[in-house]
Amino acid sequence: MSGLDVATTDDVSPAVPPLIALRNVSQVFHTKRGDVPAVQDVSLSVGAGDVLCLVGESGCGKTTTARMAAGLATPTAGAVEFEGVDLGAMDSAQRRRFRTSVQYVHQDPYASLNPIRSVFGTLSAPLKRHGLAKNKAAAWEQAKELLERVDLTPAENFLPKFPHQLSGGQRQRVAVARSLSLNPRLMIADEATSMLDVSIRVGVLRTLTNLRTELGVGFVFITHDLAIARYFGTGGKIAVMYLGRVVEYGDAHEVIDNPKHPYTKALLAAVPDIDPDRRHDHDPGLRSVDIPSLTDLPSGCSFHPRCPVYREGDCDTTPPVLSAVDSHREVSCHVAAEQARDETAR
Amino acid sequence: MSTLTPSPGVPRHGILYRLTRNKVGVAGFIIVGAIVVMTVVAPLLLSTTVPSDAQNTWSGPSTEHWLGTDNTGKDVLHQMLVGGGTVLFVGLVAAGITTVIAVVLGSLAAYLRGPIDTFLLQVTDIVMTIPQIVLLAVLGAFFQLTSPTVLAVLIGCLSWPILMRSIRAQVLSLKEREFVEAAKLLDLGTPRIVFVEIVPNMAGYILINFIIAVTNAIYALVGMYVLGLAPLAGANWGIMIRKAWTYGAMSLPEGTLYMMAPVAMIALLQLGLIMLTRSLEEVFNPRLAEG
Repeated sequence: MSGLDVATTDDVSPAVPPLIALRNVSQVFHTKRGDVPAVQDVSLSVGAGDVLCLVGESGCGKTTTARMAAGLATPTAGAVEFEGVDLGAMDSAQRRRFRTSVQYVHQDPYASLNPIRSVFGTLSAPLKRHGLAKNKAAAWEQAKELLERVDLTPAENFLPKFPHQLSGGQRQRVAVARSLSLNPRLMIADEATSMLDVSIRVGVLRTLTNLRTELGVGFVFITHDLAIARYFGTGGKIAVMYLGRVVEYGDAHEVIDNPKHPYTKALLAAVPDIDPDRRHDHDPGLRSVDIPSLTDLPSGCSFHPRCPVYREGDCDTTPPVLSAVDSHREVSCHVAAEQARDETAR
Repeated sequence: MSTLTPSPGVPRHGILYRLTRNKVGVAGFIIVGAIVVMTVVAPLLLSTTVPSDAQNTWSGPSTEHWLGTDNTGKDVLHQMLVGGGTVLFVGLVAAGITTVIAVVLGSLAAYLRGPIDTFLLQVTDIVMTIPQIVLLAVLGAFFQLTSPTVLAVLIGCLSWPILMRSIRAQVLSLKEREFVEAAKLLDLGTPRIVFVEIVPNMAGYILINFIIAVTNAIYALVGMYVLGLAPLAGANWGIMIRKAWTYGAMSLPEGTLYMMAPVAMIALLQLGLIMLTRSLEEVFNPRLAEG
């Protein structure tokens, strides 16, 4: 496994650039109804063995951000760097290295597998193309190993099957196995577990976690499920996105256990609780339930029409900037920033 | 009794089951199969040059000449039996050329877009604007179009634009599917993504259009013979119609069969081809099979 040589992150000197870095990237889609700023001024980075969870509601720009990181979309402003090299300025050898090092797992396993290819055909194509398998027998063995790594056993039974003969969970594991075929150094998983049964979800998450801890694969993990972000993001970072901007960024457990941004608090409060007596705790106190349209963003802080701690004066006039409120947390909120200043002043 | 034991038989959703499910399609297969067998076997059993008999011109049906004779006393049935080879050959080769050009150019244009797409669309516009029959008439005046292969290549090279455009439209939609993006992420290379990942997803569509292209090529070929654009060398159904026309078979009651025999064969072949696409549709479009 060539992935083994990037197993640990601790011995990497800080001078080494992160695997993938987004530098003030924006993506504006031009539509008939006007320009849609899907992502605005986002800066994030992921190193080997790191995990970054992107959380937020539908349409907040998580997927667009991830697609830019994977090179599937070109940012309209800002730059994406892979190991310190701008994607737009890469030569063909660097581009090829980037393309094989960064893999993307799609959300829908019913669309991401070619219906006319068997599992073996799907897995062997990249192996043969990139010279990892010299012949069919070698490809068969390697494809078997890949399936075993995603717990699809006995692998021999799955290799000749076609996607329509597999369940959703099995398909998603095949999709994960395929993305592992080139020993990627960074995996971008776009809601990769949201289509799976809860019972299978944990299995896939555990597989992915093992890759991270054993092979040092970096992860960008997109989810709308905070419990999964908490589980998978352990030891990593969470970035909460709202209407195309990162509103809170910090260590995964800190963000979930002690959210600072009112939007993160509202998101966490919206997680349903099984205990009926605790239901009343779940009112996030939002002033409005409607998400503003991306084509007509509110002035100032884009969350202000819904924000429970909204103050007239600055929230509706000045857009807040993402700034550190403590040693490992960045929040984009006037109120939270002021509270942090007060605490340090005291 | 073996008839009482439940035999595995044809699986309900196997290809054979779906091929045989549509009665019209099965009839089409039988018609086309019979004509193909006839054109392959007849030249082996009968002489390919039909002897003429000056004593026996324009004779009506008789025990010796079941379908009568033509203006030179050649047996009509004999001509009909050995006359299908060129028609089938040109139909298949021309359709093959058309389909290959259409699939390659259409899928590449759609996948690559940009200037290549614009250029190829311009080319289809130009080829579509050229009146086929007029061009063939001009070419026929300059070159001896005696070889069936040359005829097939000519017809094939002129009839691809429409299929190319519909293949392009299909690929434009297929290439947005996630499995194509996944293949791009794995850096599988454009030729493999286009011809191994995308094109086989249209196999049924391509096969059905190939059959339709066969029928169109046969019409084009027969049309050329009837209009006298291709030399009347040898004996095939197109030449038979042309000769029957020029030698006035229409006005002779004894000549009706000389005229009608090749027309009937061509009509039957075309009908069979169109009918068998029904079965192919059921094979490649399982949703139809459910209804």
